Amino acid sequence: MDKKLEKIVQALQENFGSSIEEFRDEVHVFVKAEQIVEALMLLRDKYEFELLSAQTATDYFPQMSPRFHVIYQLTSLAKNLSVQLRVPVNGDQPKVPTATRVYEVANWRERELLDMFGIEFEGHPDPRRILMPDGTDGFPLRKDFPLGYEEPQFTFNFDEIDLRKPYAKE
Amino acid sequence: MAQIEEVNIEQFKHLVSERALTGETMLLNMGPQHPSTHGVLRLLLELDGETIVNAVPDIGYLHTGIEKNMEAKTYLKAEVMTDRLDYMNTTGNNLAYCLAVEKLVDLDVPVRAQAIRVILTELQRIASHLVWVGTFGLDLAAMSMFLYCFREREIILDILELCSGQRMMTTFIRPGGIWRDVPVEFEAAVRDFLKIFPKRVDEYEALLTKNPLFLDRLYGIGKLDAATALQHGVTGPTLRASGVNWDLRKARPYCGYEQYDFNVPVATEGDTYARYIVRIQEFRESMKIIEQALNKLPMGPVRSDNRKFVAPPRSEIGVSMEALIHHFKLWTEGFPAPKASIYCAVESPRGELGLYLEGDGGPKPHRVHLRTPSFDNLAVLPKIVKGHLVADLVAILASIDIVLGDIDR
Repeated sequence: MDKKLEKIVQALQENFGSSIEEFRDEVHVFVKAEQIVEALMLLRDKYEFELLSAQTATDYFPQMSPRFHVIYQLTSLAKNLSVQLRVPVNGDQPKVPTATRVYEVANWRERELLDMFGIEFEGHPDPRRILMPDGTDGFPLRKDFPLGYEEPQFTFNFDEIDLRKPYAKE
Repeated sequence: MAQIEEVNIEQFKHLVSERALTGETMLLNMGPQHPSTHGVLRLLLELDGETIVNAVPDIGYLHTGIEKNMEAKTYLKAEVMTDRLDYMNTTGNNLAYCLAVEKLVDLDVPVRAQAIRVILTELQRIASHLVWVGTFGLDLAAMSMFLYCFREREIILDILELCSGQRMMTTFIRPGGIWRDVPVEFEAAVRDFLKIFPKRVDEYEALLTKNPLFLDRLYGIGKLDAATALQHGVTGPTLRASGVNWDLRKARPYCGYEQYDFNVPVATEGDTYARYIVRIQEFRESMKIIEQALNKLPMGPVRSDNRKFVAPPRSEIGVSMEALIHHFKLWTEGFPAPKASIYCAVESPRGELGLYLEGDGGPKPHRVHLRTPSFDNLAVLPKIVKGHLVADLVAILASIDIVLGDIDR
């Protein structure tokens, strides 16, 4: 790990009691949902992480609980460093405080996460779907959302699936 | 005739001013089918006469679920989806994806392949900026610009076709190297392009840079300061036009960019004109990089010989049992990647193109997220169009260079 980054990660560990993971020179710091805004503020104001490069989520259904990780990829232009914060979020009623007050870029990103994963961001100024049409059922990037292939028909279930097919009515 | 659905004002209530609700200002839809939105983008404008009070972008018309689809394919097969992402920067997208996969599985790339990757992505950057200058001119009624730029872009597409057989969706850069070595005509073709293109850039500049009509339309329009740009995650030429010197090719060199000598053009004004100047200068810098890469193009293999990740050449399959097995395994089952995640970013013509890639120990990615530059660059639009005229909105929207395939994914 980079010397400069080590100090920052230590500060995060002291303030938020976070655990860390390292893989191929990338550092992932785990932060609790209720502390994320504070952690982002600390990184932005004290350690010059001016850019929230990416904000996304990943779904570990059904293997892991808590089900989601919300990911914040931060970049410091001044120090040329990167760090990733990860927030584990529970599957039923997933809620995270919004980061829009720290980084305005989070506005559309959080709308995308609401749209794709159904993760709610408390205090978000504009909680609407962004990519899918209003009134879409379900959240497409969740692992329990099917990709939408046609069901393959075999001899044993041919008629059963045939009945469900949307043929044109005569 | 089909019923026209009325726009439900309720859902936009918090995004427009009070005056819109009383009917004092007008709400107007621009797009989704509009020639100057550069794709299928809808903008809900709140207008006070000709002046924009608020603008609300509405995206998602081109959403095709690329991230979800990539999660259902093996690492080798998922790459073709990245071509369809930002269709102006296909080799750049391939490069971002391949670098991410190589980082995830820890795969080395031969130096010759790296140099060819650099040449191709820089050519693509020029092609992308050409389309940008062309359509930018078109939006500002400089029709001839569009024709000139597409003439030069054609040469680049011919070079891509020469290498890969495809003009746009090349998938030429592959995990572990490139698909195959470039043909012998490649070097001459690129050198021919380098010979004619500098003069052509001078011609564009003669046509536009000091054109009084052009300056009138651009100067001081759509100002974006550095702090706002960073807050909104704006990257690429749009950020550099606001005075922030941040280019991933310089800051975090990949593919051997550290060996090439080039400058990062930066302007401080942050207006539409500055964004034009930065991109015009990037033409010349990209040419410099291509020339250097071509001059010291090393010989050698273009694909990694690690057979666990890279399929063997066709010629080996007939004579080697192992090669046949590897070929079969790689194209049916694919290769496994560790249960870990990486984030890998490259500088695309529009900004930071990042890939979050997570493996689950199997041959398919658990999660792919594409951090596309256009998405964040567009999000800043409502901030910078306020108080300008509708005609200026067209110039500002064109100047931040969005590609809707990149936004909607």
